[in-house]
Amino acid sequence: MGLYEYEVVEIKKTDRIDRLVANLFARMPEIESARAKLVTESYKSTENEPMIIRRAKAFAHILENIPIIIREEELVVGSSSLAPRGCQTYPEFSYEWLEAEFDTVAVRSADPFYISEEAKREIREANRYWKGKTTSELATSCMEPETLTAIEHNMFTPGNYFYNGVGHVTVQYEKVLAIGFLGIRDEAQARLEGCDIADGDYVRKSRFLQAVILSCNAAITYAQRYAALAKQMAMECSDAARKAELIKISENCSRVPAKGAESFYEACQSFWFVQQLLQLESSGHSISPGRFDQYMYPYYERDRKAGILSREFAQELMDCIWVKLNDLNKCRDAASAEGFAGYSLFQNLIAGGQNGDGIDVTNDLSFMAIQASMHVQLPQPSFSVRVWNGSPHEFLIKAAELTRTGVGLPAYYNDEVIIPALVNRGLTLRDAREYNIIGCVEPQKAGKTEGWHDAAFFNMCRPLELVFSQGMDQGVQVGVKTKPVEDMREFSEFYDAYKEQMNYMIELLVNADNAIDVAHAKRCPLPFLSCMVDDCMERGLSVQEGGAVYNFTGPQGFGIANMADSLYAVKTLVFEEHKVTLKEYKEALAVNYGQGLTREMVGGMTMQIAASLKENGQEIGEKEVAAIMKAVIEASQMPAVKEKGERLLKLIEEVPKFGNDIPQVDAFARDVAYTYTRPLQEYKNPRGGVYQAGLYPVSANVPLGAQTGATPDGRLAGTPVADGVSPSAGKDVNGPTAAANSVARLDHFIASNGTLFNQKFHPSALSGREGLEKFVALIRAYFDQKGSHMQFNVVSRETLLDAQKNPEQYKHLVVRVAGYSALFTTLSRSLQDDIINRTEQGFC
Amino acid sequence: MEDYRQTKGRIFDIQKFSVHDGDGIRTIVFLKGCVLRCRWCCNPESQEYGIQTMRVDGKEKVIGRDVTVAEVMKAVEQDRPYYYRSGGGLTLSGGESLCQPEFARDLLRAAKECGIGAAMESMAYAKYEVIEGILPYLDHYLLDIKHMDSAKHKEYTGKENRLILENAQKIAHSGQTRLSIRVPVIPTFNDSVEEIRAIARFAKELPRVEKLHLLPYHRLGQDKYEGLGREYGMKEIIPPTEERMFQLKKAAEMESGLVCQIGG
Repeated sequence: MGLYEYEVVEIKKTDRIDRLVANLFARMPEIESARAKLVTESYKSTENEPMIIRRAKAFAHILENIPIIIREEELVVGSSSLAPRGCQTYPEFSYEWLEAEFDTVAVRSADPFYISEEAKREIREANRYWKGKTTSELATSCMEPETLTAIEHNMFTPGNYFYNGVGHVTVQYEKVLAIGFLGIRDEAQARLEGCDIADGDYVRKSRFLQAVILSCNAAITYAQRYAALAKQMAMECSDAARKAELIKISENCSRVPAKGAESFYEACQSFWFVQQLLQLESSGHSISPGRFDQYMYPYYERDRKAGILSREFAQELMDCIWVKLNDLNKCRDAASAEGFAGYSLFQNLIAGGQNGDGIDVTNDLSFMAIQASMHVQLPQPSFSVRVWNGSPHEFLIKAAELTRTGVGLPAYYNDEVIIPALVNRGLTLRDAREYNIIGCVEPQKAGKTEGWHDAAFFNMCRPLELVFSQGMDQGVQVGVKTKPVEDMREFSEFYDAYKEQMNYMIELLVNADNAIDVAHAKRCPLPFLSCMVDDCMERGLSVQEGGAVYNFTGPQGFGIANMADSLYAVKTLVFEEHKVTLKEYKEALAVNYGQGLTREMVGGMTMQIAASLKENGQEIGEKEVAAIMKAVIEASQMPAVKEKGERLLKLIEEVPKFGNDIPQVDAFARDVAYTYTRPLQEYKNPRGGVYQAGLYPVSANVPLGAQTGATPDGRLAGTPVADGVSPSAGKDVNGPTAAANSVARLDHFIASNGTLFNQKFHPSALSGREGLEKFVALIRAYFDQKGSHMQFNVVSRETLLDAQKNPEQYKHLVVRVAGYSALFTTLSRSLQDDIINRTEQGFC
Repeated sequence: MEDYRQTKGRIFDIQKFSVHDGDGIRTIVFLKGCVLRCRWCCNPESQEYGIQTMRVDGKEKVIGRDVTVAEVMKAVEQDRPYYYRSGGGLTLSGGESLCQPEFARDLLRAAKECGIGAAMESMAYAKYEVIEGILPYLDHYLLDIKHMDSAKHKEYTGKENRLILENAQKIAHSGQTRLSIRVPVIPTFNDSVEEIRAIARFAKELPRVEKLHLLPYHRLGQDKYEGLGREYGMKEIIPPTEERMFQLKKAAEMESGLVCQIGG
């Protein structure tokens, strides 16, 4: 039995929620200029001050002046933009990409944003100040030349934190709910008074604490502005019911988040301001509410016991928050938008699971959180549930009901893997038991961790390409000059060469991430965020400078299935069955198995040949390049080439693949995953923490697959790489249990930054109570075998194809992408195709 | 290894994650060979005991392979975690499993002895002694009854129904296994309210029937006929509508008082 009793009864949705959703999605999101203007103004006036103070002052200047709005019928208020789902810009991190994309941002395929001419002008004006002052510029100058080369050649992509704030954190919401920002300010004040001005760290500590005080005041001021606005709107409101609501809103905002919340409603409002303002302080995404059902529960329980809160109203407030989480937005550069497609902010909210003592703490709010996601049917929050051996069955059935709606939520997480995996990384057992998920799939302990999850995309296929080219890419020595494949006599030589290329790229990846890390510490420490993460106040150090109790860096690898299948195919076909030589393999890969070359491939090969000719002392001019290009195209189109390629593809098809419950192939895949996860954990970050691998792709397996040549598993150039730890699309032919058994054979404990396993079901799979029961049993059985995460798309192939044809009729169709859900019609065509092509698990 | 695990038999497929043929998540082993020749049969490749080739997606595929009980159990074992969590297990299907009585019995026995639930989908078209030998190892009999009129039964399946109905009585009275009755609902054959009612009446009189399943006719097997170079005799038949199935379900429920379900 768990700690709490709970009710399972469904609560109806109010009409207000439908209207809030409709208003939110009425038009294309918009980029606004207010923040860019304000942050620049403030920075200009604080140039000689410590960075932490400058940040706090800028934050305050923004919150005192940014336009505010209360949207129609809202019960919980606070919007970072005037336009629904609008966004602000954050030039202190990077700005050049946006200016370059001003004219295309509204028409691009992934996550378009409207931007007015006026906003363009203002942003351009503000941006002029930022040349040479951003985190991204500092990061670049901190990186080694070979690192920059590797990034340029798409070996890995640290663009997330390179261009943006870090986010990826869960703060101590419970602290704000309990004592308010006045309480935190008092704490900072007391610590400040306790400092001795002659202490060695006085300067750092005192300025940090002063910055915290400024930030707390700013948040309070901002809420007061809303209190005033609500009051004024109430006075002007002729509708009595709305007038009463506005008065209540005004009262709420005048009390919280300044003070501790005294009711569930106040707690909701207080929570919201924290959630919203964290994102206004920096442009990070994946700022995750975490265990909402836990820290909100005391307020709910108290009001329920006092008889002053109905479950229906509590549900409506939660629904309102769920809608609001979709009001926050962020504009990324075009390439990143492809990798994080779907306007997603990855605000992960998790329900269920254990407390620090290991007792199940599923409660009423856990069920109501599921209900809220059913009500709003929107991508945010990225809703997750914790599953363990002690999870109430009814809770999982309710979660499965949400899955059945097809919204791609929730994601299921396995306490039985994640808790020991975190303990292995140095968390106390107590902290590990209280974990929540950040962003897509990344576990951590809230309020104590700077996890730097999502630190880079690492494409595991690229190093294998380097094995065939001895480290050359497009005529440049990017990787290690390993032995020519033609001279390899044993599979171990080939595998070792892959490991060597991997190790080298991992080293460069660490260099890139650490450079960016330092840049954030120097240029964008975040005092507001830091006052809600232990032990920043105690140490007088921001999160960015290493103030958190637990520090990690978690870059995510993807393409395991491709690499497992590739290396297994090479081992089988070349070294065991001797059906093909590595030389033949190399030739077939170079011409994409004779299946046609992409433009990138032709360009790359031309440059490669040109470079080697040059090395041999030949003059290479424009004319020669054109001739090489022509020869490349002609050579790749010869019938003999095509025939050879097809013969090899046929041989590859016969080799067993990962995802079919074949123990020896799966064991091999486990070892291949170690080529990423093991070396990585040996490295340290500038905050004193260690690296830990994740195995998930967000949605980058599609755009980064487009930059990846043909692989020895028969995957053609430019096509998507396998997502997460899932088998390659269409290669798992023995049904969902076989796929799950294979995936469970990977080591999910070592990939403590999270693994991601997608399954797709036809809706008929979950029909009736019986369908739900069997579905839950499937998850349980995968988790029994120590899988870490599972997520589902329950939508028929026909529906998705129809949605591609008639997007206007499917504006609200939400699908699971990777560690998150997104509106299907907002995704790029290639990502849509990738989702459609994932193996659909049918039924007999 | 025990001898019975070496018993050989002929199967044509093993299907994991079946959720419509017995409790929980199941693995279905399809045995080759059948006594009946139902016109609507969706597994025509199951009918002949002999190994055949069938064109599937333009490629020749060999249908049927000889395996030992131990080999089959290796595949069945793979999904044990799912049986454990869902109350599922092994289901024998076909064909008619009883055409390979020792193999069927030893498969079920192997499942039972290692704690895996054992079910069988069958028409009970065999001598009762054969069935009797199997019952000790069977948890759940999914018994097909297609028609109460023997002449019509013969016309559409090639055999009379007398043996099936007699065996149904004996199985039910044995009390050795759980029993569900499954009725394929085939337009023009047995989809009238009267015909379904007649089956329901029969089911009602059997002791301890758990559930009555009405399985709507589908055409998913049509391509296989072409693949085998055979004419599909049911081209004109349209699957029953949902409304129709619902109506028949109501009628069956009224008549039998049993829990009645559309689909497996």
